[in-house]
Amino acid sequence: MVQPTLDLSPAVSDEVRKTTCYMCACRCGINVHLKSGRVTYIEGNRDHPVNRGVLCAKGSAGIRQVFAPSRLRAPLKRVGPRGSGAFVEISWEEALETAVSWLAPLRESAPEKLAFFTGRDQSQSFTSYWAQAYGTPNYAAHGGFCSVNMAAAGIYTLGGAFWEFGQPDWEHTKLFLLFGVAEDHDSNPIKIGLGQLKARGAKVIGINPIRTGYNAVADEWVGITPGTDGLLILSLIHLLLKAGKVDLDYLAQFTNAPCLVNMDPESPDYGLILTDDEGRALVWDRVEQRPRCYDKPDVTPDLAGAWEVDGITHRPVFHLIAERYLDPRYAPEAVADTVGVSAARIRALAGQIARAFDAPVEIDQPWTDFRGRRHPKMTGRPIAFHAMRGISAHSNGFQTARALHLLQALLGAVETPGGFRFKPPYPKPARAHPRPHCKVTPGQPLNGPHLGYPQGPADLCLKDDGTPARIDKAFSWENPLSAHGLMHMVIANAHAGDPYRIDTLFLYMANMAWNSSMNTAQTMAMLTDRDANGEYVIPRIIYSDAYASEMVAYADLILPDTTYLERHDCISLLDRPICEADAAADAIRWPVVEPDRDVRGFQSVLLDLGARLGLPGFVAEDGSAKYADYADYMVRHERRPGVGPLAGWRGDGADHGRGAPNPDQIAKYIENGGFWTAHVPDEARYMKPWNAAYQAWAVKIGLVDVEMPYLLDLYCEPLRRFQAAAEGRGPIQPPEALRDRLRRAMDPLPDWTPPFGEEVDAEAYPLHALTQRPMAMYHSWGSQNAWLRQIHGVNPLYVPTDVWAREGFAEGDWARVTSPHGQITVPVAHMAALNPRTVWTWNAIGKRKGTWGLDEGAPEATKGFLLNHLISELLPPKGDGMRWSNSDPVTGQAAWFDLRVRVEKCAAPGRGEAAPGFPALARPGGTA
Amino acid sequence: MTALPDRVEKKLGLVIDLDTCVGCHACVVACKGWNDQGYGAPLSDQDPYGAAPSGTFLNRVHSYEITPPDAPAQIVHFPKSCLHCDDAPCVTVCPTGASYKRREDGIVLVNESACIGCGLCAWACPYGAREMDADAGVMKKCTLCVDRIYNETLPEEDRQPACVRTCPAGARHFGDLSDPGSEVSQLVAARGGLDLMPEMGTKPVNAYLPPRPKADAAPEFDVLAPFLEPVAEDAGGFLGWLDRTLSKMPG
Amino acid sequence: MHPAPSLILFTTLSGLGFGLLAFLCLGLPDARGLTAVLWFGAGFALAGGGLLASTAHLGNPQRAWRAFTQWQTSWLSREAWLSVMALAAAGGVALGRVFFDLPMTGLGPVATGLALATVASTAMIYAQLKTVPRWNHWTTPALFLSMALAGGALLAGQMTVAPVLLLLAGAVQLLAWRTGDGRFAARGHGLASATRLEGGRVRSFAPPHTGSNYLLREMVHQVGRRHARKLRSLALIFGFLAPALLCLTAHPLALVLAVLSHAGGAMAGRWLFFAEAEHVVGLYYGYHEAGAR
Ligand SMILES: Nc1nc2c(c(=O)[nH]1)N[C@H]1C(S)=C(S)[C@@H](COP(=O)(O)OP(=O)(O)OC[C@H]3O[C@@H](n4cnc5c(=O)[nH]c(N)nc54)[C@H](O)[C@@H]3O)O[C@H]1N2
Ligand SMILES: Nc1nc2c(c(=O)[nH]1)N[C@H]1C(S)=C(S)[C@@H](COP(=O)(O)OP(=O)(O)OC[C@H]3O[C@@H](n4cnc5c(=O)[nH]c(N)nc54)[C@H](O)[C@@H]3O)O[C@H]1N2
Ligand code: SF4
Ligand code: SF4
Ligand code: SF4
Ligand code: SF4
Ligand code: SF4
Ligand SMILES: [Mo]
Repeated sequence: MVQPTLDLSPAVSDEVRKTTCYMCACRCGINVHLKSGRVTYIEGNRDHPVNRGVLCAKGSAGIRQVFAPSRLRAPLKRVGPRGSGAFVEISWEEALETAVSWLAPLRESAPEKLAFFTGRDQSQSFTSYWAQAYGTPNYAAHGGFCSVNMAAAGIYTLGGAFWEFGQPDWEHTKLFLLFGVAEDHDSNPIKIGLGQLKARGAKVIGINPIRTGYNAVADEWVGITPGTDGLLILSLIHLLLKAGKVDLDYLAQFTNAPCLVNMDPESPDYGLILTDDEGRALVWDRVEQRPRCYDKPDVTPDLAGAWEVDGITHRPVFHLIAERYLDPRYAPEAVADTVGVSAARIRALAGQIARAFDAPVEIDQPWTDFRGRRHPKMTGRPIAFHAMRGISAHSNGFQTARALHLLQALLGAVETPGGFRFKPPYPKPARAHPRPHCKVTPGQPLNGPHLGYPQGPADLCLKDDGTPARIDKAFSWENPLSAHGLMHMVIANAHAGDPYRIDTLFLYMANMAWNSSMNTAQTMAMLTDRDANGEYVIPRIIYSDAYASEMVAYADLILPDTTYLERHDCISLLDRPICEADAAADAIRWPVVEPDRDVRGFQSVLLDLGARLGLPGFVAEDGSAKYADYADYMVRHERRPGVGPLAGWRGDGADHGRGAPNPDQIAKYIENGGFWTAHVPDEARYMKPWNAAYQAWAVKIGLVDVEMPYLLDLYCEPLRRFQAAAEGRGPIQPPEALRDRLRRAMDPLPDWTPPFGEEVDAEAYPLHALTQRPMAMYHSWGSQNAWLRQIHGVNPLYVPTDVWAREGFAEGDWARVTSPHGQITVPVAHMAALNPRTVWTWNAIGKRKGTWGLDEGAPEATKGFLLNHLISELLPPKGDGMRWSNSDPVTGQAAWFDLRVRVEKCAAPGRGEAAPGFPALARPGGTA
Repeated sequence: MTALPDRVEKKLGLVIDLDTCVGCHACVVACKGWNDQGYGAPLSDQDPYGAAPSGTFLNRVHSYEITPPDAPAQIVHFPKSCLHCDDAPCVTVCPTGASYKRREDGIVLVNESACIGCGLCAWACPYGAREMDADAGVMKKCTLCVDRIYNETLPEEDRQPACVRTCPAGARHFGDLSDPGSEVSQLVAARGGLDLMPEMGTKPVNAYLPPRPKADAAPEFDVLAPFLEPVAEDAGGFLGWLDRTLSKMPG
Repeated sequence: MHPAPSLILFTTLSGLGFGLLAFLCLGLPDARGLTAVLWFGAGFALAGGGLLASTAHLGNPQRAWRAFTQWQTSWLSREAWLSVMALAAAGGVALGRVFFDLPMTGLGPVATGLALATVASTAMIYAQLKTVPRWNHWTTPALFLSMALAGGALLAGQMTVAPVLLLLAGAVQLLAWRTGDGRFAARGHGLASATRLEGGRVRSFAPPHTGSNYLLREMVHQVGRRHARKLRSLALIFGFLAPALLCLTAHPLALVLAVLSHAGGAMAGRWLFFAEAEHVVGLYYGYHEAGAR
């Protein structure tokens, strides 16, 4: 027999359409192959700046998402009681008119009674624009329960954050320390980067209680005790300071280390930085021996000493830093037990950092700084850090992230070769961001953008009586710097009527009745609870989802969205763009296939609603709808003159960044593979906050309107302003009950406090319980995908060796897991590569029966489980009976990972199903 | 074609770097996606939205745990597909000639139109690299993307297996392992590439680069200590050092 | 390995059938005419039925003819040829005996040889698999052949040799079990050689899919040790000892009982043959490793 002849060159498809993936928020470029109009294959787009051709498991499985039986089919009106899942399909006209009949009267009387919150969305600049025009102060996206600690700490300290807006210098770093990351939003870029490091033989250290994924390939693993990273980092700072391994030149030139702090407790400005009459910071000039403005071309800032200016003693920030962190309480021996890492290992870590510090990276690229000084080279240290929710999702996360940023800055490893790099539109210091706005005028837009970066108590969102102006209590004394709002508090607060009641809860793309709420069972109860008159306590709920998620059953009106391959989307520089350190970039999605159901892209629906409500910005002069649909908005909307949602091909198609709207813009994007990039000029690639060439470029392409070089804020003055208020200074004063905690939390220099979870009885709840993102699943979405659910269809609780042995566990056993808030019964599995005081499971695999188009017997619903049942949005009552929210006291970040539990072996449950179980939900009227 | 060719002109195969694989399953799904619409019958799924979903995959990623006696335990993510063995037992057992090894490049393939679905080749494979498709009743296996690597309708740079093209970490390498100068052969030589189950005598073409030794057992304490030599013993001394150092710095 | 009913039926029935034919073709018993129809009919029914059952195992039985093409290398292909040749030769013998009252002494031994060769080739399909150490041994063909001979003798009513052959087959079965039990470990298969991972104890942390797959269904089958021991005793007693004893009584009813007992015992033994066979691929999934599940 002869070998069969093969067709080695079969045509892959009839047509390739290039768009942007949305199987997660990483936003990779994809080539969608079609045969006879049907999607047949999806691969990564090689030209795309985010993924450069690679694609993750979810991305390739996108093809199963467009055919999933869970897809909603048409608008739905609830007919049964809330939570029953009984709906009828209605027309879009009826759906939109129903929404208008609810929202229009509210806007005229009390716009704050609408709370509009969005989850996993990427059009926040648009949704917030709508909410601002509507006039409610109650708008935010998911950042508050996600990683606002990471964002806020980064922006307040460095003017940019790890979270989506920064990246390690993969090209030059030699030592990479990764704190608390399982997957991150930058899914593919991190993997590409790690691959690059591995190929170069650079060293990777994983600091994580769990050794899977990135931590599994790390050359060294530090199995830290959860919630203690801050202490470890401050101990590293202690050792490095002591050894003089800090970049004094960098600190003096580019950070506020030399800025002078008022040390006189009697002075009204105690703890604030000395400024000139124009409010510019002053430093002590070593040569001239007098205070001078920090940005003078010939200034020689001093870092040590104490000087009297106008009769008041001032000391440079660096002086305070040295004093604070050289304290023996940060010595490795003093922290080792708490951190769960031996003093010798801590020393070895610091030693490796010090060794890398001594081998600087130089790039032969002259540049000019903001003082006008010319530098022949760009110099940095080959030490990069990255961190995410492992640090962020603890109640001490803000200060822990600040500690890490302080360490980076002390090493001179921020925006220097080999260190950490910003992605445009960052750098952008907190001062350059808007401040929060909350002034409501019935029938009128809000007085400004909802979210922002407060600089002091005057920027809080408080009513005249001092109570929170926002339903989520963001920007209140409970969490002053809650820059992303507190999505996880909305339902609980609205239900409790604290601070007030609302009428309509409008949610978009957030599975709040399940995996994105703490205390899932109680959240469902709050959503269905009725008052004395039999009315729902939260009277109306509108929800937009594309699929039959758990949340659908809890809404009164469903606005069904398309899948990501069926609509226009805009991944805008105004929002959370797809830039890389070397390029500004934005992208679109466009309908590469038409929906086969009666569904509409949510943004188009929101435009329609805006027009029907007559919102300014949504209606033309003649009162008609201003935009035909979202595609039209993407092209014609201008946020500032010449600056719109999309930066590429503006004007006649030759303008980039700024320019008049171009009707052919979307066609240009499609032609270019769905994205646009503008490369950062060579001279502007590093040192961006201080680099004159970068600053000019950023203005030119419209990232910012004016150049704004700044110093890194090692000492964070806005924090000090709140701390000072807590000390009784200033006109705006916090409630008594919060003074102590504010004084501690709002420390202008990072410090470590035990996470709130530590306050529970450590003997009753000896273990930390964590979740991790599975790389092949996205939150709750993945389970409806026929391919992905075969990979992760159940999630055991992984238990460390000691506990495994002590409980006498064997494969296939079950355990009862108890926290101060609840109890679950779940399958267990053994893991040795785990911190001995930690248990964990994969996030969001557990599903409610009857959802996601799955059979009721689906393993996700019978054996899968959530840890969320064990977490509460409120902490157990304090001594004074007060229940604080389970959030970081600075930012309101949800403290998912503070959870403490006890694990006991138990008999396999009767039907072999994990507990708690909830009644099955009916398939909502029309799933595809 | 049940007999193995006495000589193959090339040995195309994969080199998988276990030191770099993060276990993301991207290669698993990319393989499923490509082969679902490519060579031969689609890769079917049974009970896809039900209680016991199961389907045909040509590449799967295992995870193993190593517990050294004197260091923390480790996890290794371990992708596995057909190794395109030189001495492929799956070929010689096949009664129909459907299973064969290509003379020109050593790729082991199933001619699905001749396959009776007896399953014997899957039994003969030590590595679990063959899966019978429950819908089509034919044996499926990694084709080394034979319909990509020579495909003239694809741009040159895309003529590589789907799993290699998609791997975000760059842990998968494709090339000719019979050519000692090839990138893959060099990698195998440099990193001590290994065969799986050598005792089976299958002589796999694919090779695995073992994880590099971990540093967590023995950080180089002695080497590192000098880097942490304190500049001063107390805070006062530290400020003195600071002053001296600043004076030495160019203004 | 998954003890597929089609394969258990196929191997036991065809073993019995070819065993019976082997005796019949040698003239043991010397059946002619109508009696020959019955004897040979039984032989063909068992052998043919077994072969038919085996096609139930195929994904695409309509292409079964292709299995004849690879006789140079494939034992399955050889089995296909041999079975057809054996059936043809036995058919020739049967024709002679039924219609022409011819003893067919020339073709008879050839047919017998082909029938036994068929059984041996069936055994070789399993014995050749290095991946299943329990099978990969001379005891596998020895077992299949001795079983076919014993069963054949019993069915053919050869009451003098039958007990001897039954006891012999029983002994081979015992030997196969005894030597088979340790072979997996003795050959050095383990997760360490499967993964080549070093530095400590290696164990499967998580399977590649939480869902099941073909490999697990087909090649990873776990029998409880206690369960297996009980079944082994039953297989020994019913398959060999009881029929051997029953043969000695020479009562016709006893003969029927002996055949039924042997067939039942053989099936149990064959179930164990598959169910106890550990495929090395199980290692990758955390099975078969000393100390693992
Ligand atoms: N225990 C525990 N809980 C956690 C976390 C944790 O680590 N541990 N992490 C928290 C974090 S960081 C986050 S961000 C949240 C995430 O939680 P969510 O934001 O609630 O994320 P999803 O579960 O993905 O839910 C998003 C919803 O969007 C819907 N959707 C998907 N695609 C579309 C679309 O195209 N259009 C529309 N309109 N809807 C769509 C989905 O069907 C789903 O119902 O979970 C939080 N919950
Ligand atoms: N595939 C996939 N990708 C995703 C998502 C998804 O669902 N699936 N979700 C997206 C979203 S919304 C987010 S917010 C990001 C989150 O991305 P990650 O930040 O990677 O979030 P998690 O998976 O929650 O991982 C948190 C990690 O921190 C570790 N950890 C927990 N506590 C501590 C601690 O105290 N110290 C240290 N050092 N480590 C700790 C945990 O072990 C875990 O490895 O991922 C995004 N990307
Ligand atoms: S990381 Fe994966 S799922 Fe997320 S956008 Fe990229 S390809 Fe899509
Ligand atoms: S795609 Fe690459 S990193 Fe991911 S599992 Fe496969 S080989 Fe490993
Ligand atoms: S890995 Fe298995 S299927 Fe592939 S050639 Fe080797 S024996 Fe055959
Ligand atoms: S399943 Fe197909 S390829 Fe495999 S041995 Fe049987 S006929 Fe050959
Ligand atoms: S080479 Fe092709 S067929 Fe083989 S595992 Fe990779 S993607 Fe799958
Ligand atoms: Mo998140």
